[in-house]
Amino acid sequence: MLVNRKLILAHFWLAFAAFGLALCLGAWQMFVRSPLFNWISDPEWYYRSLTAHGTVMGYVFPTLVAMGFGYAITESALEQRLVGVRWAWAGFWLVVAGAIMAMVPVALGRASVLYTFYPPLIGNAFYYIGVVLVVVGSWVWVALMSINLRVWKRAHPGEPVPLAMFANVAGSYLWAWTAVGAALELLLQIIPVALHLRTTIDAGLARVFFSWTLHAIVYFWLMPTYIAYYTIVPRAIGGRLYSDTMGRIAFILFLVVAMPIGIHHTFADPEVGAGFKFVHSTFTAMVAVPTLLTVFTICASVEIAARLRGGHGLFGWIGALPWQNPIMLAVAFSFVLLGFGGAGGLINMSYQLDSTIHNTQWITGHFHLIFGGAIVIMYFAIAYDLWPHLTGRALPDLSLVRAQLWLWFVGMIITTFPWHWVGILGMPRRMAYYDYTNPAIAPEAFPVELSVIGAFILLISGLLFLFILATAHRQPAKDAGAYRFSVPVHPVRSVPLALNSFAIWVALMIGLTITNYGYPILNLAVCADTSVPAVYVGAQ
Amino acid sequence: MSARELFTFRNTFFSAAVGLAAGVFVATVVFGFIVFPHLQPHLNYADLWDAFCSAAGRPFRAVSTAEEPKAAHPVSEAVLTPTTLAHPTQDSIGRGATLAQRCAICHGPIGISRADSPNLAGQYASVIYKELLDFRSGARTNAVMSPFAAHLSDQDIKDLAGYYAYLPRLPAYHPQQQLSKPHVVIYGAPMRGIAPCGSCHGSLDNKAGSPWLEGQSEAYLKAQLQAFASGQRTNDISEQMRNIARALTPQEIDEVAAYYASQPPEIVKATD
Repeated sequence: MLVNRKLILAHFWLAFAAFGLALCLGAWQMFVRSPLFNWISDPEWYYRSLTAHGTVMGYVFPTLVAMGFGYAITESALEQRLVGVRWAWAGFWLVVAGAIMAMVPVALGRASVLYTFYPPLIGNAFYYIGVVLVVVGSWVWVALMSINLRVWKRAHPGEPVPLAMFANVAGSYLWAWTAVGAALELLLQIIPVALHLRTTIDAGLARVFFSWTLHAIVYFWLMPTYIAYYTIVPRAIGGRLYSDTMGRIAFILFLVVAMPIGIHHTFADPEVGAGFKFVHSTFTAMVAVPTLLTVFTICASVEIAARLRGGHGLFGWIGALPWQNPIMLAVAFSFVLLGFGGAGGLINMSYQLDSTIHNTQWITGHFHLIFGGAIVIMYFAIAYDLWPHLTGRALPDLSLVRAQLWLWFVGMIITTFPWHWVGILGMPRRMAYYDYTNPAIAPEAFPVELSVIGAFILLISGLLFLFILATAHRQPAKDAGAYRFSVPVHPVRSVPLALNSFAIWVALMIGLTITNYGYPILNLAVCADTSVPAVYVGAQ
Repeated sequence: MSARELFTFRNTFFSAAVGLAAGVFVATVVFGFIVFPHLQPHLNYADLWDAFCSAAGRPFRAVSTAEEPKAAHPVSEAVLTPTTLAHPTQDSIGRGATLAQRCAICHGPIGISRADSPNLAGQYASVIYKELLDFRSGARTNAVMSPFAAHLSDQDIKDLAGYYAYLPRLPAYHPQQQLSKPHVVIYGAPMRGIAPCGSCHGSLDNKAGSPWLEGQSEAYLKAQLQAFASGQRTNDISEQMRNIARALTPQEIDEVAAYYASQPPEIVKATD
């Protein structure tokens, strides 16, 4: 029951349009800092583009996808009209206003601070205020998800919350809490300096606040992908979900352990104690648990589909899978990319191993592989799956869809594998250009060229994706029926209260944030001599 | 009440979750704060509490008795905030113009020098401000400039900075044909730790406190680079220029000085 299709389509279209623009910038950046191009002679343009690329890809694009998908889940999984449609539109327009407000100073070169802000670098105040508006807009969505669930629960006392909605609300709560770190950094630290109310900034404290957001935000990006694994994939390939309970536990674990781990982003920062770095490192290792649970459950679900289609043998069933089905293709690609990205992540979370790749291109390769690869390819799958229900028209050509997914998969590997490799060779990140004629870095030239080729394959794939979605609007009308989610092998009749509500898990999430972040933040906040002069972008 | 059902150790989900979270936290604290610091004897902690504080991020309690090392030369004490030089008044610029009459003998009546001294017309206010402060404090010394700066007040320095920044940028007296950009201006030399000149001094970007150099005297630019390289000039913050100048070859110094001297000042980015 998708009633507010316009609302959902508006979110998706804005997300994908912004994604398309940022993708062009990304490909341009890859190109101009490669040996294939004779240096643009002005690093400012590079950082300007990088700031826009990161801000759109990190804040605007995934937030809008999560919001749009969240509204779609609310109406179709709960089978009730969305409560608070006006508020939802208000949230959408806040995101639009924030994105424009942030992008204008970036385009003018007044806020080339990169999307992670990097204090004591300070850009134009409108950039930060714009980002805050995007976050506030998304908080409207968080509130609506919670309210809609409450309305449904009142009408259905004691009934199990559908897994898709349960996961969706878990994701929204995670986002609400994780965004608090960056919000505190912006409101207490950066914006007063950007408005010239203060001239010094506690860069160390600001970085700790940002790490609060920076890692858990990845799990917020991941949520729509995991929701698709559990609730779209088994249905789309004609199978059953292996375990509904396992899904609930995985989402609960993400909610609890995604938060108290962000200090692994500050391993090289002297202002955080080594003891807390170890605590966070260990908790980071625990995030592997819900991912491994998910890989197991989804592989089992896929195997069920294959055996229902007549597959047999220890591995012979793999051949019986519906490989022509774009969702099947997307989930397989996503798992492969997730496997490699996860293995790299284990290196990043280890205090000692991280020092070998800290601040190198390895890190950039890693988060492109995980986010751009494993996560975004499932955003495509979500769009392809939802589009016929939103537009009332079938997708134009499935072979084009398959080609797009193949291109994205291959492009992402060609882009990110050499990227990891040059990181191991020691190539630093966040640099606008490299002197490849220098014998010491000449070995990095060829892998960088390879990854540029990958970037252009990704660009083609991204544009093809937009083309497919746009042309779908002009197809003949065709009723796609009600939008449904996958059915578990064992029908869910009752669920323990703990797995049907969030109170314990939200309390635990906040509790672990206090134990793992409380002291490092307090310590820096009370130390008197930890501030440094702000460095204003473009100041003279 | 659902909250009472949930938040009780009779609820296995609650007790398992809280038990696991607390267990992992306590175990990691024991290892991260007590066991591991003790496995590193070279860190010389005074006692268990000292090791614990260090792991938590508090500075060592065992205070070093050594005195703070003194700098061999006076260093720049200039502090620039966004309000220090913001919006100079017409009065301030006028006072600066009067004060600047005594500078004219070397720096020219309209801020363009005939004497291989820097052209000051249209130089960034922050640059004039910093150099005058440094001449006054002794962080930078020059037989001619030091006596001039010795008796300037803070307000005098601000007025002069405001005045010279207010003047239009004019071409030098004997403009040469523009030379092409040397490698070190655009790319620097990463393996020798040399950032591109252009990333602070124009051509690529400008940074606060760094002068634009277009159209300055070639002899002056060369002499300053040599003074940085030899350690005779020491008022660069964190030895940024000394480190670069030491790593430049004499030929690169010649190229860079000739390049900037040949550029017209009109191309300086209007960032102020």
